[in-house]
This record gives sequence, structure tokens and C-alpha cells, in this order.
Amino acid sequence: MSTPYAKLPAWADYGLIPLINLAVAFLVAGLVVLLVGESPVQAATLLLKGAFGSGAGIGYTLYYATSFIFTGLAVAVAFHCGLFNIGGEGQAYIGGLGVAIVCLSFDGVFPWWINFPLAILGSAAIGAFWAMIPAILQAKRGSHIVITTIMFNFIAASLMVYLLVGPLKPMNSMAPQTRTFAQDAWLPKLDWLLELFGATIRSTPLNLSFLLALVMAVVVWVLIWRTKLGYEIRTYGFSPKAAKYAGIGEARIIVVTMMISGALAGMMALNPVMGDQHRLQLDFVTGAGFVGIAVALMGRSHPAGIVPAAILFGMLYQGGAEISFVMPNISRDMIVIIQGLVILFAGALEHMFRPSLQAVLASLAPKSMGMSATKREGA
Amino acid sequence: MAPAAIELKGINKSFGAVHANRDIHIEIPKGTIHGIIGENGAGKSTLMSILYGFYQADSGEIFVDGGKAEIRTPNDAIAAGIGMVHQHFMLVENFTVLENIILGAEGSQLLNAGIARARSELHRLEKDYGLEVDPDAVIEELAVGLQQRVEILKALYRGAEILILDEPTGVLTPAEADHLFRILRMLKDEGKTVVLITHKLREIMAVTDNVSVMRQGTIVATRRTAETTVEELAELMVGRRVLLRVDKGEPNPAAVKLSVKGLTVKDSRGVTMVDGVSFDVRAGEIVGIAGVAGNGQSELIETIAGIRKAISGSVLLDGTPIDVTGAADPGELRDRGLAHVPEDRHHVGLVLPFEENENSMLGYHDDPKFLKGPFLNIDAIRADAREKIRTYDIRPADCRLKTANFSGGNQQKIVLAREMEHDPGVLIVGQPTRGVDVGAIEFIHKQLIAMRDRGKAVLLVSVELDEIRSLSDRILVMFDGRVVGERGPDATEGELGLLMAGVEAREAAE
Amino acid sequence: MDTLVQLLDATVRVSVPLLLACLAGLYSERSGVFDIGLEGKMLAGAFAGAAAAAASGSAWTGLAAAILVAVFLALVHGFASITHRGNQIVSGVAINFVAAGSTIILGQAWFRQGGRTPSLVGDARFEPIELYGAEAVRDVPVLGPIYSDIISGHSVLVYFAFFMVPFTWWALFRTRFGLRLRAVGENPAAVDTAGVSVTWLRYRAVIITGVLTGIAGAYLSVAQNAGFVKDMTAGKGFIALAALIFAKWKPVPAMFACLLFGFLEASSIRFQGMDWPLVGRVPVQLINALPFVLTVILLAGFIGRAIPPKAGGVAYVKER
Repeated sequence: MSTPYAKLPAWADYGLIPLINLAVAFLVAGLVVLLVGESPVQAATLLLKGAFGSGAGIGYTLYYATSFIFTGLAVAVAFHCGLFNIGGEGQAYIGGLGVAIVCLSFDGVFPWWINFPLAILGSAAIGAFWAMIPAILQAKRGSHIVITTIMFNFIAASLMVYLLVGPLKPMNSMAPQTRTFAQDAWLPKLDWLLELFGATIRSTPLNLSFLLALVMAVVVWVLIWRTKLGYEIRTYGFSPKAAKYAGIGEARIIVVTMMISGALAGMMALNPVMGDQHRLQLDFVTGAGFVGIAVALMGRSHPAGIVPAAILFGMLYQGGAEISFVMPNISRDMIVIIQGLVILFAGALEHMFRPSLQAVLASLAPKSMGMSATKREGA
Repeated sequence: MAPAAIELKGINKSFGAVHANRDIHIEIPKGTIHGIIGENGAGKSTLMSILYGFYQADSGEIFVDGGKAEIRTPNDAIAAGIGMVHQHFMLVENFTVLENIILGAEGSQLLNAGIARARSELHRLEKDYGLEVDPDAVIEELAVGLQQRVEILKALYRGAEILILDEPTGVLTPAEADHLFRILRMLKDEGKTVVLITHKLREIMAVTDNVSVMRQGTIVATRRTAETTVEELAELMVGRRVLLRVDKGEPNPAAVKLSVKGLTVKDSRGVTMVDGVSFDVRAGEIVGIAGVAGNGQSELIETIAGIRKAISGSVLLDGTPIDVTGAADPGELRDRGLAHVPEDRHHVGLVLPFEENENSMLGYHDDPKFLKGPFLNIDAIRADAREKIRTYDIRPADCRLKTANFSGGNQQKIVLAREMEHDPGVLIVGQPTRGVDVGAIEFIHKQLIAMRDRGKAVLLVSVELDEIRSLSDRILVMFDGRVVGERGPDATEGELGLLMAGVEAREAAE
Repeated sequence: MDTLVQLLDATVRVSVPLLLACLAGLYSERSGVFDIGLEGKMLAGAFAGAAAAAASGSAWTGLAAAILVAVFLALVHGFASITHRGNQIVSGVAINFVAAGSTIILGQAWFRQGGRTPSLVGDARFEPIELYGAEAVRDVPVLGPIYSDIISGHSVLVYFAFFMVPFTWWALFRTRFGLRLRAVGENPAAVDTAGVSVTWLRYRAVIITGVLTGIAGAYLSVAQNAGFVKDMTAGKGFIALAALIFAKWKPVPAMFACLLFGFLEASSIRFQGMDWPLVGRVPVQLINALPFVLTVILLAGFIGRAIPPKAGGVAYVKER
């Protein structure tokens, strides 16, 4: 994803540039708010209040962030292999099927702490499967993974609609959803955790999958930078030719990486399905797969960046709900715009501010720029 | 006296911290063939790119035919009568010769008129300069020598009076190169000015009237070719007496380690690149494969090393076959004691964004000493890297530094250290000193001889004939995918040059 | 027979947005700029077209607005990809999101109808055109209905779309612009050294993409439909991309590919809910998913090895 560009000290590269990109994205979003006839400043205030102004707000923010951590990690793992997994939305949707199958089968049989790992396996396995097919097609047939994963998003949507209005729907109900799971298949809430920090809340959807998400962030870090497989993934991501030279099988690495990516996306389903809604219903993903792309780009595909980025977007979602109460014109779809802008500035235009920043830093603090750099061979 | 065709005054160009051209002053008389010689990295290509409007000089002036010229884009250069034949051809592979020639000079929106005009003009140019080529042939089907002719025709079609050729003979056989020189002399006779950029001393002596030597970004000397010698020019190029030979003892070849029989390889377009090649490499000897780039040497060693597939033939490593037609796995080959220093260290041999220690184990990351179960043993990896840095004097001595920040020579040392330190039985090396500074070249050559003296089998491929002749115990010459001859290290340049041009094969055909 | 004629008529109409988007992508990709933002531009164009047509009462104003908005988004993509050499896929994805979100928000804010624009009537909509003699020929066996029902009776944008096929062929292969465009997608350095601006060529290609996707969007909301509806492009931009790959980036095969996909979509609408001999009732969701499944099959099977323009998706940087 990166090209050799103007050199900046690490703190600027990983700290300042993302902040600048974010700031510009918000500025443009502010313009859209103006176009709609509202005040960007008022919107921003409402946003912050809604997200952090109350214990419940924080709870909801972290609940949304949980989903984005999973999908952000999914996209990031694929990015490290040089693959763009746009299919997170569909993989997460299908992952919900895995959760539902486990919960509907075992909710009277096992306690939650057995159902939880089973559901993790189920969602991960199905998500991995949904990513595996495009991966095999890319590896064996050269079919562009971007297009196939987009197609699989649409196919997943159709499939899930079919299942939820047909086979999975209880006989005497009209709503396209499964029956509610028994309490044994509910994930415990984390309200007590927030109350520990002094907040008083009625109830939020924040549940145990949040902790799982944090664990997975660590797991992904270890995987990418501390395991042999991670080394192979990064090698291939930087240079497929070097990977071949190093004896790393191309097909194997593409498929394995995409399966891990799909598994992470599939696990996202645990959050809404098992942790909040306690049943499988239509479109519970609500765009989280796509937010994951923005989160991965903002977080530079590193778990330490992804978690804060996910919380940021969680803040947008929760604060956005608050805004739409007061300003009905600015609905949740505003998030989609911001998401697009973040992807644009943190992704495609990520180098736009680099030269100017380099110039500023060079004049203010030449040493930090390594001005006495090692001499390289001439042209 | 007529004004110089080109005069450059005080040209400076820097890329960040690298001062590629330093205060260049040069005068190229009209109607001459002027050579510009220097090592890789001396700044020749940058200078010519400025002249052609590809880059802008930081300071300095350009005069064409006595008048000041503002050259900011290739268009300006073309308008000033400057034409350039690039080292890497600027051709659209799936276009015809005509389409490539008119690109940029089509004449009008409707193509038909432009094509017709080009066709007749091309006919005239062919007659005048002996540059024959089929106007409707598709570029990717033409031989490299013919493709270069199209490049020259392109420049002449746009009315070039001054023709710059950048390393034109890298892809030509000696015979084709001679033909090119004949063309250059014809151009000179017609009053054109030719600038020949090269790092090959022989070419300078063969065809130029004057020569300027570039070293580390400046022009260090200009001579009339008739009044200088190869030795003087070499010394000017490098700045000290150049050791053209490596001190080495006699070889002690033992058992056959690598045996290639009837190997045939085709490229992605179905063109046969390696045609029934057979040879052996013994322990304790260096076999060098000489040949002009593009005659199948690259494909040959890629196939033996397992990163390319063959159509037919066999390769035996220590008597056991390598599955070259099917699923040869470089990892497995490494386990069996075959190491490979690839020709392209930037994209194949190294992962430039990795830290040095990460590249130090590339390809050997399966080694248990680097692992703790599925996890990487970071301490062991870094310790191993530091050890190699010490032994091979890799600078800077920082195993955590990103590999892209090392110079070409040190990067090559990283690759060599890695491949040699795993004690392979067979070492395959491609272009070991390409883009490497002179100090590192001597070190690398010494290391290769040391490998041979330790009883390893070394297979060396290089386009630098001097390197082949100074290192090899046996020399195989490849032409057109076949081994056309085998000679000892005392074979003359002339003898090898003829083989490289496939003379024996051609004579048989006639 | 009647069914077939109706089906073919529907095919033509349904293929048009695909065809326009596909040709749009052709110009861009031939020049070396990969564009998966066709969907977003089409959607934005559809919204702008319907909004402007509703506000002004004129379909032509709507068309102009659609083109302007799509070109604006195309220039953003160009700015990111060409000038800033950013990742072209990321840029395309971003534009899709921005378009998706903006059309809904602005639609709700300006028209307050749950994301749709007001219904278009009269001059605010492109009406079908009866070609000369269509009524008279209708009863002629076989050829009659073909002329009167399939060929005649479409809005002007349909005829424009099909006209663009031979025009694109001519532009690509018989003009100077086309030669340079194709060259810059294969070897931009060759174009640069010949004294032609790579940047300007690519920007022009990208602008043409904007124009054509804008027209595609306008067709959807101002001709085919009578207004904009949330998410009305529903993946057509991606199917157009698949058709482009299927057609190996050539104009005439592109037309056939789009007609094929159009035929499938038209069939699925026509035969929805029908009982088939062996299978019984086919779920409507399967039929909805069919174009996407087919795209995957096509990408996997016959055209897995189609060779795109050599310089596609890679920003041009002068060699050092």
C-alpha cells in the first residue's frame, strides 16, 4: 500500500499525518452539514456530548467500536498481504448465520460460557469460508479479488434475506428474523465495567464481545509481527516475487490470509447478534464492514491504530444518533459520507500533506528529519 | 568556427541529499560522435535526462547550436532537434512500428493521413541510414536489435539533428553493436551529432571522436579519443588504478554437484528462452555463463533455482532430481543445499521495507533456530543478523535499519551473507556486482573465490565479461538459449565475443 | 413470440445504464486509471439529475446537472489517482461511499420524501421517441415488431448509448487521441518521452468517464424511472466493470456483454414468481443474486486471464 516517499520522523508519520487527514475529512464533512442547512459547530458539540457525555453514551460508543475493531482487523490482515478485502460486510453478515446456528441449536443445552466459544468458532468458520472462495479464485484463476468480494457482498445479502424470510423464520411470525435465543445464548453485558468507573447507566448494548475484540487485536499483532505465518504474509504483501524466491507458496498465503480476514469479519456478528439483539435479523451489520476499511486505513493496518480509530467511528455512530434527534436532516448516512472522506484522505490522498509537512518540519527541526542522512548511491 | 551542437554550462541537479550532477561544463562539437563514459551511478543518465527535458536542472544553462535553449519538457528538446534513444525502450509493445513512430507526431486527429505520411518517410530513412524494419510489425514480436532501430527511427522522424544514445549496446550482440556503430558513423557523415553514453571502454575507443569522463557527478576530463587509451580512461573513471583481475589459486574440482540435461524453458509468450541446455558444475569450481543479456541466462538460473518452470529436461542436485517441470520449491531446494543470489536484489532477493534482520533470514525463515514453535525467535534472528553484519562488514552496522536505507553494495552483501552462511553445496549467483561500488566489488569477488576454495560449486551469470573472465574456472557462452561454446579462463575477449554473437551458429545457417 | 419481443425490448432498456457505465470505465481503464467508482458516480448523477429536473421542470437541465456532478467526482478520483498517485481502488471505494451517503442526506434534507426525489412528469422526464413509421410497420411479421417495439420507442439517451459504441471504437482506433490514450495505458513513459502530457491525457479520460456515468445516472432517474430512489444503482456500476473485463476492454464486445447482463436482469424481472417445470418456484432472492453470481463465474471461468492495459492501476512516476 505504501510507496517510498518523503521521509518523516516516526511520530509525524504515524501520529501527525493521520490526524491531519482526519481533520481535513471532518472539514469537508462540515461543508456537507452546511449544505444541508445546519450548523457544523452545533453538530460537532452534539456529537461529543452524545458520545462521551454520559455513561450510556460511552457504553454505546464502545459497543459500536467493538464491531469496527473486528472488521478493521479483518481488512488490516488482508492489507498486510497486499489484498483489498472489501467483502467484510458480507463475511460479517454470513458470520451471523454461524452465530445463529450455534445459539439456536444449543441455547437450551449449554451455559453461555460454552456457547460463546462455539459461536466464535461458528462465526469465524463461516466468515472464513465466505472469504475463501474469492481468495481461491484470485489465487488460482487470477480473478480480481476486489470485484469478487464486492459480488459476494451482494450474494450474501440475497442469501440472508432468503433465509430470514424463509427457512429460519419461525412459523407463526411475520418479521424476517429468527426466534429470540434463550438466555443461555446471550452474552453478558459489561455495564458493570462502566459502573466501576463511576458511571450510572440503565443499560447499554456493550457486551463481552468488546473484550474479545481487544483480545483479537493483540492476537493479530502477534500473528503479523511475531509469527512465521505473519512474516510470510508481510513478505508477500511487500513483494510477491521475493515471496516466491523465499519459497512462500502464493496460493497458500492468499487463501490463508483471506480466511483469517474473513474469520475476523465473521466474528463481528457476535457483537450485535449474540450480545445485543439475541436473534438474527436483517442487516444487523449496518455497514460495519465498510467502516472497517476506513478504520484499517486510519489505523495504518496496525492494531494499535485500529482500536483508537474504531473508537473514533464508534463515537461518530453514537454521537450521530444524538445529532439526528436534534437535527433530523443529518441521519446515520452522514457517517457513510465521513467514512468515505476518511478513506479518501487516509487512503488515496495519504501523501497529500506529506511534502508540506516535511518542509515545515525541515525548517523548524532539521535534526528530527535526519538531515545528516547516510549518503545513498547517486543516479 | 561553427558553434558547438550542445554546450552545457554549470549544470547542477540534486535529488534530496544526492548531488547527482555537480557544476557540469561540457561542449559537444557539431557533426561528431561524442562519448560520455562513467561508472554506474556517475550521473550520466541524469545529465542526459536534463538535456532531454525529462528533469529540470537546479541551475545552469543549455545552449543548442550556439543559442540559449529553454528545455523544460521533452517537447522542447524535440523542437530543439534533440532526439533520445533510451536504455529501456520507450515503445508500446502491442502497437506496430508505425504507430510507435508517429506517437506524438501524428499530424492531425485522423490517424490515416499521419500513417501514410510516416510510411513514406520511413522508407526514405531506411534507405538513407540502413535502418530496415517492417513498418507493420508489432513491437513485441521484434528482436531487441530491431526494436532499438525503431527507437532511432522515432528520433529521426521527429527531425533530430542531435541523437543521444543511452547505453545502447547492453542488449545487443557484438555484431549488432558493430552494425549500430556503422549506423552512427553514417549519421555523422550526414552532419548529425551523436552523443553516446556508456560504461564500456571498448565502445568509446571504437566509434567516438571525443570522450568526456564522468565521475561522482562531475566531468573529470575530456579527451580526443585518438589521443587516449583504455587504461587512462579506466583510471579517470574510477580515480585510481583498477584491479581488473582477482588473485586466485588453482581450482580443485571434485564430484559433480549440479547436473543440467536438455533443459528447455519457454517464456509466457511461448518463445523458447532456454533451448536444450546441458552442463555440469563440480564442487570446488566456478562455472561462469557469459552472454549478452537476454539470451536465456536469466531464465536458466531462475529455473534451476526453482522460481521458473521448464518445459522439459532435468536438473540433478547431488544426484537427486529437482522437479523443474512441475512443482520445484525454492524452500525445499534450500534445504537440499542450493542457494541463490538473484539478479534482481531489489524485488526478488530483498524486501526493501523490511528491517535488515528480517531480510537476513528471507527464505530461511523455516529454520528451527529462528523459530519457537509457530512464533519467531526475535532474539535469535537479530543475533544471527548481527553476526553476519560483522563477518561481511555490512554498513551501517544496524540490524534494525530498514533495508532500503543501505547502499547497493551493502544490500548485495546482505543477500550474499544470507545465502553463503547457510553453507550451501551449490551457490547460484546472478549479476553479483550490478550497481555495486568498486570497493564492494572486490570484496564480493573475494567471497565467491572463497566459496569455491571451500569446496562449493558456484554457477555465475554475469553480463560483465571481465567479471566472468576473472572469476570463472570454466566459461560457458550462451547465445539464443543454447550453450554455444565452452572455454577456459584464458580465452580472449575476441573469441568469447564471437561466440556471444553466435557466429558459429550463423555460419552454419548460411 | 410476444413475450420474446417484450423481453428484448426490456433488455435494451435495462442494458443502457450498464452500457454507458461500461464505456465510461473503458476510457478510464484504457488510459491506465482503474475505476471502481463507476457505481458512485452513476448514483450521484442519478440524484443530481432527478433533483435538477424536479426543480427546473426540464429533463435536459437534469441531464446537465447529472453530468456536472459525475464529472466533479471523476475529477476527485483523478486528483487522487493521477496528481497524488494514490491507490486507485481506495479512491474509487471512497467516492462510492461519499456518493451513497450524500445522495441520501441531501435527498432527505431537500425533498423530505424519505430519500427520494419528487416524481417527474412531462418535460421533466425523457419520453420515448417513436421512430418514423413505427406504427405502420408493426403488423409486418417478425421484422415489424422488431422495429416498432424493440428499436423504436426508446428515449433519446438509449439511442445515444448505442451510438457511443461505434463512436468509441472510432475514437479509440482511428483518432490521434485514441492512439495516445491506448499508449498511455500500456507505456506512459513512451508517451512522456514523445512529448505528450501523460497527466492531461489521463485527466481527459477521467472526465469522459464522468460524463458517461453522469448520463447513465440521468438515464436511470430521468428516463427509465420517474425520479431518484435510494440506492437505485444497486450494483450496476460493478456489473458494468465485470462486463468490461469480460469484453477485454473493447467497445463492441462490451456492448454484447452489457446486453447479456441486461437480458438476464430483464428475464429475472419477467419470470419472477413463476413456477418452473422441475424446480418449482425459484426464490426471488436467487434471481436477484443471479447477475452477481454470474459475474463471479465469468471472472473465474472464461476470463480469469484477461490481460488488462499494462499500466493499469499504477500511478506514473518518472524513473530516477
